[in-house]
Amino acid sequence: MISEIAAWLLDPAHWTGGEGVLRQSWLHLLYCVFAVCAAAVIAIPLGLYIGHTGRGSVLVVAFGNAVRALPTLGLVTGLAMLYQGSAALAALVVLAFPAVLSGTYAGVNAVPADAVDAARGMGMSSAQRLWQVELPNALPLLMGGVRNAMLQVMATTAIAAYVGLGGLGKLLIEGQAIRHYDQMASAAILIALLAVLVDLVLAGLTRLLVPRGVMLVVAETGAGPRGRREQR
Amino acid sequence: MIEFRSVRKQYDDGTVAVQELSLTVPAGTVTVLVGPSGCGKTTLLRMVNRMIEPSSGAVLLDGGDVRDSEPARLRRGIGYVIQQAGLFPHRTVRDNVATVPRLFGHGRREARRRAEGLLERVGLPSEIGKRYPAQLSGGQQQRVGVARALAADPPVLLMDEPFSAVDPVVREGLQDELLRLQGELGKTVLFVTHDIDEAVKLGENVAVLRQGGYLAQYAPPEQLLAEPADDFVTSFVGRDRGYRRLSFVDSSGLRAGSVDTVRIGDTSADVPSQAGWVLVLDTHDRPRGWLPPEATIHGQLTEDQLIAGGSLHTGGAPLRGALDAALSSPSGLGVVVDEDGVYLGVVTARQVLEILESGRHPAVSEGAFR
Ligand SMILES: Nc1ncnc2c1ncn2[C@@H]1O[C@H](COP(=O)(O)OP(=O)(O)OP(=O)(O)O)[C@@H](O)[C@H]1O
Ligand SMILES: [Mg+2]
Repeated sequence: MISEIAAWLLDPAHWTGGEGVLRQSWLHLLYCVFAVCAAAVIAIPLGLYIGHTGRGSVLVVAFGNAVRALPTLGLVTGLAMLYQGSAALAALVVLAFPAVLSGTYAGVNAVPADAVDAARGMGMSSAQRLWQVELPNALPLLMGGVRNAMLQVMATTAIAAYVGLGGLGKLLIEGQAIRHYDQMASAAILIALLAVLVDLVLAGLTRLLVPRGVMLVVAETGAGPRGRREQR
Repeated sequence: MIEFRSVRKQYDDGTVAVQELSLTVPAGTVTVLVGPSGCGKTTLLRMVNRMIEPSSGAVLLDGGDVRDSEPARLRRGIGYVIQQAGLFPHRTVRDNVATVPRLFGHGRREARRRAEGLLERVGLPSEIGKRYPAQLSGGQQQRVGVARALAADPPVLLMDEPFSAVDPVVREGLQDELLRLQGELGKTVLFVTHDIDEAVKLGENVAVLRQGGYLAQYAPPEQLLAEPADDFVTSFVGRDRGYRRLSFVDSSGLRAGSVDTVRIGDTSADVPSQAGWVLVLDTHDRPRGWLPPEATIHGQLTEDQLIAGGSLHTGGAPLRGALDAALSSPSGLGVVVDEDGVYLGVVTARQVLEILESGRHPAVSEGAFR
């Protein structure tokens, strides 16, 4: 079996062309990045707002539960039947949304209360507090949310091939249809590999974005910054 | 000048933290709010910069109601050291302090230059400026907190238990630094603590608060110790208040006597008759320790042959130091030194008590401590 998978993967013919691994990987990646970015554009500002004001935190929980309750494939097929292939993308965006939202919210919530209090006490405006204190300190958990979202979307994109969206899932489903198990297994391995690779890139990005002083706190406590927010 | 006019604070859950309280904090002095945990000190302090709004009554700053100022603007003009240091984890120590000048619109370079000056002022070495808060000890963090509060050069400073997280030695150093800074800069300081010793040491006036947000007594520390207003204040200032009061009694009536002395490095030939205790000095005439009566010296006198001395009393400092020097000295003789630590003479506990009893100097002398 292993030798068959190796043989499949090493065959250059499987890599090139319209149905090849390279193009499908690219599409897979593109869908996922698009979905997570689109979700982030709304979820990050919303999470920041909710965390900053403390208003609407119920929303974060509600979103998370609602999406978890949705059968993924049902959502994807449902939307796809209504709006055809590209609407499966919309489903991916919806899927990515709660993870980014709750990550951002949790990040702002974990900013040390005393730092925010000091910011207020020195006369920072609400916006200054958000940009200069809350956002930089929220980044570790915020990026954690983005990485979660990406992993979920990566996995679901594989299923989305059922409704005609391209990507590595397509190779997998085709392989199943024609009972080429070497192709199926290879596609599964490639999906996992791509997910790991993208996660590594995001981990690198996190290291770049998170300020050094915040990294030190995370390293010291083994978790996010200390808990916060009993309004004193 | 800060004026609390019948302020009262009731939180949403019904807790009354401050009860119809009036208090005037004179300009250019250190005023201390002291009391047990939960008696409303922080609440009262935070009313000044509108971090908390009183339920009724008013807070006046230099005659103007603080409610007439926009909160962010008001706060920029008041230095505030919060109960935990509250440093920004993502910024270096220097940039933490530079935050305030940046808020005032100064350029990055100018703000950093100021920050470095302030770190020096609170006694932190400049290398620390490049570190992050997570790399500092608790005491260092609190100093940075103080530097940051001073960064806007505000005329008014609010300090909420700024030295609570440090050991007694460092704490004492920070207190001395605050008094020195206050002497140099003449700020109006409102200082919160639950430590009566700290209150008595720092405050020109001390307000003792009682559970429920009542003002139990407002007086200069020497009066607080001499005439506690009620049982609560009496128990709060504690058993040692008689002894503590000596901190406010002038020691200028004390006549230092003399004792035999030798120097480190002297040989047995130089050491006098050995009938009593002999004080050992170094080459700069600073006390190093004692030789007990009848001690024999082999060859040159070295440090390891000495018995460690007690505390030193600086001539002219309050009487408490003189009594402590006598009580802590192995010979029963308290060593008196000058400002540079050079030996002047010795005093006994009996001499201190005689001064107190004779009534020549028992008068509480205001400001003698400072
Ligand atoms: N936001 C709040 N809501 C309700 N009650 C509060 C709130 N903040 C403080 N309190 C209560 O008000 C009282 C006074 O609190 P405050 O923080 O002023 O005390 P404190 O004297 O500073 O105490 P500590 O020495 O422990 O800091 C306490 O009983 C406290 O529980
Ligand atoms: Mg307090």
